[in-house]
Amino acid sequence: MAKSPETEHPLKSFGWAATDTSGILSPFHFSRRENGPDDVALKILYCGVCHSDLHTVKNDWGFSTYPIVPGHEIVGIVTKTGDNVKKFKVGDRVGVGVIVESCKECECCQQDLESYCPRPVFTYNSPYYDGTRTYGGYSDFVVVHQRYVLQFPENLPLDAGAPLLCAGITVYSPMIYYGMTEPGKHLGVAGLGGLGHVAIKFGKAFGLKVTVISSSPNKEFEAINKLGADSFLLSTDPAKFKEAIGTMDYIIDTISAVHSLNSLLALLKLNGKLVTVGLPSKPLELPVFPLVMGRKLIAGSNFGGLKETQEMLDFCGKHNITADIELIKIDQINTAMERLAKSDVKYRFVIDVGNSLSTS
Amino acid sequence: MATQAEVEHSRKTFGWAARDTSGILSPFNFSRRQTGETDVALKVLYCGVCHTDLSMITNKWASSIYPLVPGHEIVGVVTEVGSKVQKFKVGDKVGVGYLVDSCRSCQNCDDNFENYCPNYIMTSGAKYIDGTTTHGGFSDSMVVEERFVISIPDGLPLDAAAPLLCAGITVYSPLKYYGLDKPGLNIGVVGLGGLGHMAVKFAKAFGATVTVISTSPNKKKEAIEHLGAHSFLISRDQDQMQGALGTMDGIIDTVSAIHPLLPLIGLLKSHGKLVMVGIPEKPLELSVFSLILGRKTIGGSLVGGLKETQEMIDFAAKHNVKPDIEVITIDYVNTAMERLLKADVKYRFVIDIGNTLKSSS
Repeated sequence: MAKSPETEHPLKSFGWAATDTSGILSPFHFSRRENGPDDVALKILYCGVCHSDLHTVKNDWGFSTYPIVPGHEIVGIVTKTGDNVKKFKVGDRVGVGVIVESCKECECCQQDLESYCPRPVFTYNSPYYDGTRTYGGYSDFVVVHQRYVLQFPENLPLDAGAPLLCAGITVYSPMIYYGMTEPGKHLGVAGLGGLGHVAIKFGKAFGLKVTVISSSPNKEFEAINKLGADSFLLSTDPAKFKEAIGTMDYIIDTISAVHSLNSLLALLKLNGKLVTVGLPSKPLELPVFPLVMGRKLIAGSNFGGLKETQEMLDFCGKHNITADIELIKIDQINTAMERLAKSDVKYRFVIDVGNSLSTS
Repeated sequence: MATQAEVEHSRKTFGWAARDTSGILSPFNFSRRQTGETDVALKVLYCGVCHTDLSMITNKWASSIYPLVPGHEIVGVVTEVGSKVQKFKVGDKVGVGYLVDSCRSCQNCDDNFENYCPNYIMTSGAKYIDGTTTHGGFSDSMVVEERFVISIPDGLPLDAAAPLLCAGITVYSPLKYYGLDKPGLNIGVVGLGGLGHMAVKFAKAFGATVTVISTSPNKKKEAIEHLGAHSFLISRDQDQMQGALGTMDGIIDTVSAIHPLLPLIGLLKSHGKLVMVGIPEKPLELSVFSLILGRKTIGGSLVGGLKETQEMIDFAAKHNVKPDIEVITIDYVNTAMERLLKADVKYRFVIDIGNTLKSSS
């Protein structure tokens, strides 16, 4: 007989899970493996609420298997380390991001690009190599292979730092890979949510001129006065849009709704780069003419490898970059998900797991 | 009474032009400027027939100015040079491609990418800086600013050299820019026409393993036996495409018809690049997921700058990369255009201007 989530592993674990496509989360008892020689166990203190969590609990992408304990922006304290673990010790402040395992043998894994491994194991909703499913950070603790655990810089607060583990690396990685770090160049950030607001902060840290591109006029004040963007382009204002045509060296597109690529491509200078990191659930329309006439490119990027995630965290420690968060208790998660669906958050919910998750 | 085209300049010129959107070409008397101090005048010997010529004469992009003398794959011999011309002398074998001028002062011009100058001037069907319309190489002579003239090396037959000036550079430039010119890479070429067959030849010359991807099974034999491609995939055959998933470092997509991108993106390895050099007239469906999961890129490219066009011609001469052509008389050009529309040519028509274009007056 197949084992249940509560019995398939030896360590009792508790979290909140979605059990169907309504996406409503509720208390859930399950189990986790015992520490192996390469494993790190951590007590979870905070977990960021990523838009991917919402997409997954509602099965927007069609590959959800319930029950799902979401959460891949996990920070906590090490409680136990396996015999082979040298990088971490009990009491260390650590984080876990989007994946908890990869094949470690393919070309991508060998180049520290685990995010492109053809056999990744995601932190939640993913079959582990032993056939059991992974459960994420809306839970009390997690056991992870040391390669997929990140050291958290001393000066970064854990709650505001949690979203860096997905939102942060998701925009940092393409900015480095596609060379969007030349001071003085002009970066457009399309969409101002969890990803977008961190992209502004990185853009400014790299010395770029940053313009936020958004369809919400009420985001302008914060974008400029709080987040430090240099300018704000209301994408629904035709006159302002026309002025901005051909002015941007790069654009990070964080929008996960269906939207016009033609407009964004028009904003790029010749040889400009449009990198999409949002995940619309339907295909977009790609006009080829502007790519050819302006030697422009459109590319994707998927979170990042573990080495560069650590680099990104260290960069954030050096430049004091954290996310702007709204801290919530675990029993507010369903309301938070509803608000997230309407982009009603500035700019990331973070669950205070340590203080609010308890078996009742 | 003389037409405006005949009197706007002082050098009498003869060619064939389209008068309207039917695209039918017929004899046309017009004029060109006298050789200025930085100009090179050349007698046209050969001119390639590019699919863009067909699009322009039929006003496909709703921007054509009639009468229109097409032709931007021009090869000829220098007949006169201006007093300040340094690189060329009378008798030199030269070529002219897609551009005859640019602003020469923007960053792209400074970087030798005149093809991305916002104010570049096309060889045919464009407004020149003096307000007259440029007329292309389906004509007896050209007068071109020195910077936009290419030297044709010995060792390249002139008729076969002509298509290099557009088809050649259109695939050479992105193979270099997108880093797809390293030996040992796996390169796919979608579409086997004028551009496609050049992409196969250049990619092989760079040391790549080349796969042709096509909708036409009857192109397989030629692709492998004649052009030397290593393999051939029929894009509508799901099993074949499935078997090649994640194998290619780069793909040059030469197809201008609407076609699905997802199968091509699937052929790329992670970090692979799909380069569009054809221009479908409607947007294509793009699964953003498919780019994100493998950090893949879709880029475009348009002909090439003049410095790299010269580099490309020199490379082609050195490595014996020659287009496969069908030489035709000027009288055959309308039939050639009909055949080109049906992709019935292996793989580029080249008009023998020197021997067959004769003014009737």
